[in-house]
Amino acid sequence: MESTILQTIPSALATGDILLELSYLVSALLFVFGLKKLSHPETARNGNLWAAAGMLLAMITTALLHKNADGETIKLTNLLVIVLAILVGAVVGWIMSHRVKMTAMPQLVSLFNATGGAASALVGLLEYPNAVAGNYGSIAVTVLGLVIGAVAFSGSIIAYGKLDGKVKDLRLSALTYINLLMLVAVVVVSVLLVISTQPPSDMMWAIWVLFAIALVYGVLFVMPIGGADMPVVISLLNALTGIAATMAGFIYQNQAMILGGIFVGAAGMILTLLMCKAMNRSLIKVIIGNFGGGGVGVDKEVGEMKEISASDASILLNYSQKVVIIPGYGLAVAQAQHIVHELDQLLESKGVDVRYAIHPVAGRMPGHMNVLLAEADVPYDKLVEMDDINPDMPNVDVAVVIGANDVVNPAASEDPSSPIFGMPIIGAHFAKNVIVLKRGAGKGYAGIENHLFYNEKTRMYYGNAKDSLQKLVAEIKNM
Amino acid sequence: MEQLLSLFFDYKEAIFIIALSVFLGIEVISNVPAVLHTPLMSGANAISGVIIIGGIILVGHADLSRFSVELILGVLALFFGTLNVVGGFAVTDRMLEMFKKKKPTKTN
Repeated sequence: MESTILQTIPSALATGDILLELSYLVSALLFVFGLKKLSHPETARNGNLWAAAGMLLAMITTALLHKNADGETIKLTNLLVIVLAILVGAVVGWIMSHRVKMTAMPQLVSLFNATGGAASALVGLLEYPNAVAGNYGSIAVTVLGLVIGAVAFSGSIIAYGKLDGKVKDLRLSALTYINLLMLVAVVVVSVLLVISTQPPSDMMWAIWVLFAIALVYGVLFVMPIGGADMPVVISLLNALTGIAATMAGFIYQNQAMILGGIFVGAAGMILTLLMCKAMNRSLIKVIIGNFGGGGVGVDKEVGEMKEISASDASILLNYSQKVVIIPGYGLAVAQAQHIVHELDQLLESKGVDVRYAIHPVAGRMPGHMNVLLAEADVPYDKLVEMDDINPDMPNVDVAVVIGANDVVNPAASEDPSSPIFGMPIIGAHFAKNVIVLKRGAGKGYAGIENHLFYNEKTRMYYGNAKDSLQKLVAEIKNM
Repeated sequence: MEQLLSLFFDYKEAIFIIALSVFLGIEVISNVPAVLHTPLMSGANAISGVIIIGGIILVGHADLSRFSVELILGVLALFFGTLNVVGGFAVTDRMLEMFKKKKPTKTN
């Protein structure tokens, strides 16, 4: 039976080719299935494994069954090189992912995203000489894969540096124009390459120039972005890597790459827009990076900040009924997730109701606070999303703000002149008392004055979050 | 205009795939609880390492008889792709492991 089916297919198509395409179909379905499962807490871990299985399948079938234009399969010596390269990459990737501290997770995700972008850019670079002049479609996808991959690569490296504290934000008003200029240069060179009538092998200089410009653009594009905008840009870079992989997929007419890539691209874009929505900012504004730039923040001080001692704070917490903890990036920096959980358990044991209020863009990547607190074993039903906690804030006895600033700044809802006006915030100022744990009296990332800190109900508790929390725990234990 | 239409015709399958995949991507991601944003992004990031297939094809049909810059870059692409795939899936698994070990009292 099978043989008759195969005989009706043109002889150029052998069983191997059919199996290969079938395996790609299965892989693509596994990606979709895996990502779907990843979006529910119960099935997430399995989903990740399903997607990984899809990837493994596509890798194996490609190595064994892929044929070039002359119908030759991959030779044994090449196969050895492939296996060796993959083996080295796998060992390095495995070690990196298992050595990393949970608090350094955002950096690592960014770094892995960079490697994916680099791979796409290199594939575009190396396949370009094989393209045919005049075939606009094939040259366009090659060039696009190269450009997007290169921007994703250098952009992610800078994002990695920022998250790791190695690269500082750079804000120059001229940068907006320089970036615009770079973008124009990228587009112009790309179009020139696509419409060029010269054989691509004679245009290698131009593709290298394009590669260089794209790399520089990636750096400059991420340079001014920071703070609360970081989750958006991380997610955007992630989407770009997916799109770059799709473009490379077109070069090879490879369905697994096309589908896997575009799927990630679309998912990443959605996540990006969700993050933007959480800040009530447009994507364009994030990219241009005018957040708090140029000192728009009006410095009209309203009263004084009032300090509180560890013992007073612990008394206040101990005799409360409802406490809400609002964590921010400062919690991650101080690595105070375990001690905050200790505090919350201690208070619970004394009959205090403790919950965590999570702002969608608290931290430096989407869902950063959730991962951080999960590492400390905080049950995830204690983490309440912004929209769910806000109506209950007036009933809260103490709101404890730990290393968060802009996400609790009432100016976002009260002061139309504020650069963050319109961004949804957690209504800490509606609580009966507010304790703010902060390293010093300085301003937050955006350089905007936070009126919450001057509020009558607010008490500042200065110091490194971890040390401060340790003191609180010690005080409460002694009560 | 005619050229544009013929371009569409030449790439019709690809365009269909893209259009439908975009909707699929949106559909799958929408309504994800914030708890899972990080692992989801990380998992999607690992899937974008599918570029590794391109690396395999590239190195698979490369001329190994002589040393060339292209070969080095190809192997590098493969190495980077693997890093993305293996590292990405492994780190996602580690994150999700943390979520799993607690018994949630309620699910959404």
